[in-house]
Amino acid sequence: MSDMLLKAKGIARYFDVSPPFLNRVIEGSRRQVVKAVDGVDFEIERGKTLSLVGESGCGKSTVARLVVGLYEPTDGHIEYEGVNLTDLNDRKEEADLRGRMQMIFQDPYASLNPRWRVSDIVAEPIRHKKMFDNKEDVVQRVGEMLTQVGLSPADGEKFPHEFSGGQRQRISIARALAGKPEFLVCDEPTSALDVSVQAQILNLMKDLQEEFGLTYLFISHDLAVVDHVSDNIGVMYLGRICELTETKELFSNPRHPYSRFLLDAIPDLEMTGRQRIPVAGEVPSPINPPSGCTFHPRCPFANDRCKQEVPELRDVGGTRVACHGVEENRLESTG
Amino acid sequence: MNTDTKQPLLEIRELRVEFPTRRGSLIAVDGVSMEIFPGEVLGVVGESGAGKSMTGNAVIGLLEPPGRIESGEILLEGERIDNLPYEKMRKIRGRHIGAIFQDPLTSLNPLYTVGQQLVETIQTHMNVSEKEAEKRSIDLLEEVGIPSAKERIHHYPHQFSGGMRQRVVIALALCAGPRLIIADEPTTALDVSIQAQIITLIKKLCREHGTAVMLVTHDMGVIAETADRVAVMYAGRIAEIGPVAEVVKNANHPYTHGLMGSIPKVGHETERLTQIDGSMPRLTAIPTGCAFNPRCTEKGPRCMKERPILEPVGNSFVACWKFDPQGTGAESEGST
Repeated sequence: MSDMLLKAKGIARYFDVSPPFLNRVIEGSRRQVVKAVDGVDFEIERGKTLSLVGESGCGKSTVARLVVGLYEPTDGHIEYEGVNLTDLNDRKEEADLRGRMQMIFQDPYASLNPRWRVSDIVAEPIRHKKMFDNKEDVVQRVGEMLTQVGLSPADGEKFPHEFSGGQRQRISIARALAGKPEFLVCDEPTSALDVSVQAQILNLMKDLQEEFGLTYLFISHDLAVVDHVSDNIGVMYLGRICELTETKELFSNPRHPYSRFLLDAIPDLEMTGRQRIPVAGEVPSPINPPSGCTFHPRCPFANDRCKQEVPELRDVGGTRVACHGVEENRLESTG
Repeated sequence: MNTDTKQPLLEIRELRVEFPTRRGSLIAVDGVSMEIFPGEVLGVVGESGAGKSMTGNAVIGLLEPPGRIESGEILLEGERIDNLPYEKMRKIRGRHIGAIFQDPLTSLNPLYTVGQQLVETIQTHMNVSEKEAEKRSIDLLEEVGIPSAKERIHHYPHQFSGGMRQRVVIALALCAGPRLIIADEPTTALDVSIQAQIITLIKKLCREHGTAVMLVTHDMGVIAETADRVAVMYAGRIAEIGPVAEVVKNANHPYTHGLMGSIPKVGHETERLTQIDGSMPRLTAIPTGCAFNPRCTEKGPRCMKERPILEPVGNSFVACWKFDPQGTGAESEGST
């Protein structure tokens, strides 16, 4: 019924973090594998924004890299407009599909080549896709893109170090948009920026979405930012999605115990004097995750089943939740 | 400024921190005055480059050369500490003023166990035997919420997680029972759930020990939860200082107002965030008059020429001509 642009089906990515071969032989240590992303399903509707939130080490950035193809998935596959991206044999078709998605990275200081002029940086996707034949058109397009993100065409002559963090992130966005993509993966685009600049960038991203009908996959650890930009939210914990739902639903009626904790951990700007109960414990090491539901050591509702059986993402009244407690209705539903 | 009968624990008067360069001095902190009373948490907020960390570093005497205190005074319990010789200042640091920094990994020595570092600090400042110092270390670690402290004391910093490391740093700061703690972005490097734990811990410790805290951070949420009063800094100057509820809820200064509006809030249906155009001026090019004038929407001709001074507005002090009887001078020019 709805127009799904991108579907991820059970994608997983494992990293080998074993000690070197000699250590394994001499010390008898074993191979070790980190399951950074372990079976994640989601889909994104055209023109909408899906956000993935979670604490560090939960695998949200790895998902972003899997989606744009910077990593090959260990398992599962990603469909873009119904075409499976992971086993495309036709290189031309793959290049064409990949060209329709772009990525914006977290650190605007590291993601721009310091030895290139801004105009060359922004023109790179245009040249790569051979969008224009003559130079004047390229220059004009670069100028348009820079104006679009609130810089002036004359800024193209400068180098990245001449700009502040917020302006550099604007250049990143101009570069991402230059190749006329329809899908943008934004990996923490504002977390390196100050709040007033963050507001500028978030507003800009919203304007661009409206103007070009862009679809976003937005990665962030900041729930307040996520609430502001997204239509749907997936909460991740240790490589899995534990709750996937509409933004409003998550904030008004969080179901998974971890989502509730995260919401409770947001500093209270309203100054209601509400006493917060911080989540006990910390995120366990992904090398050696807990058995069953990975959240059970920190969960006050955990029972024996949670310790043994991995919960699946199931539909519960429009929300998809991976929790035995929710499924069995053991959790009292007070938000 | 504050007419409290109590003597302030820390008083900063017209502090000015400069960095001499070949092309003239850069003024990182310009005429900052503030007071911290015993047991109080004073938040210092601002965006990067606002001079908030510089103010904190000046208080503990850890300005990095060539930065130096050009003028002004810093008084701890009525005595000047800004002009003390290095050795004397060393005795005050740790004993009377504790410090917590942003990155817990770089503020601990990786080559010593946590216990050794705690014992060393305690013995430097207090005249106790090693046994007693070790006992105190274990007590401190338990107090900051590190489980099985007796074993953990023999571990190295890399064996702790980020949140646990920050707890160790807090224990180190508390070692000698200081009256004042300078906490410079103590929760910025931590995840949200850990951040909530650390804030709760700092609040609890301050209440129990009656320690005053200067909490330097860019995160308004942390300030709103923790601080009693807050100073908002912009381009090395204080834009507004007052009780936290007043500053957060009804900000007076146009900058604070814009800053509060630009923070996304959970559960608010806002299509667009309020945005302050432009960015913080560089230290080489601070505008004359009010430093905020190029980004201000309510500026008048007076703001371009004359630098505003902190004046009482309600319970706060605000540096903006808007609140001056003579105004911004916009009336005569028309509001275009």
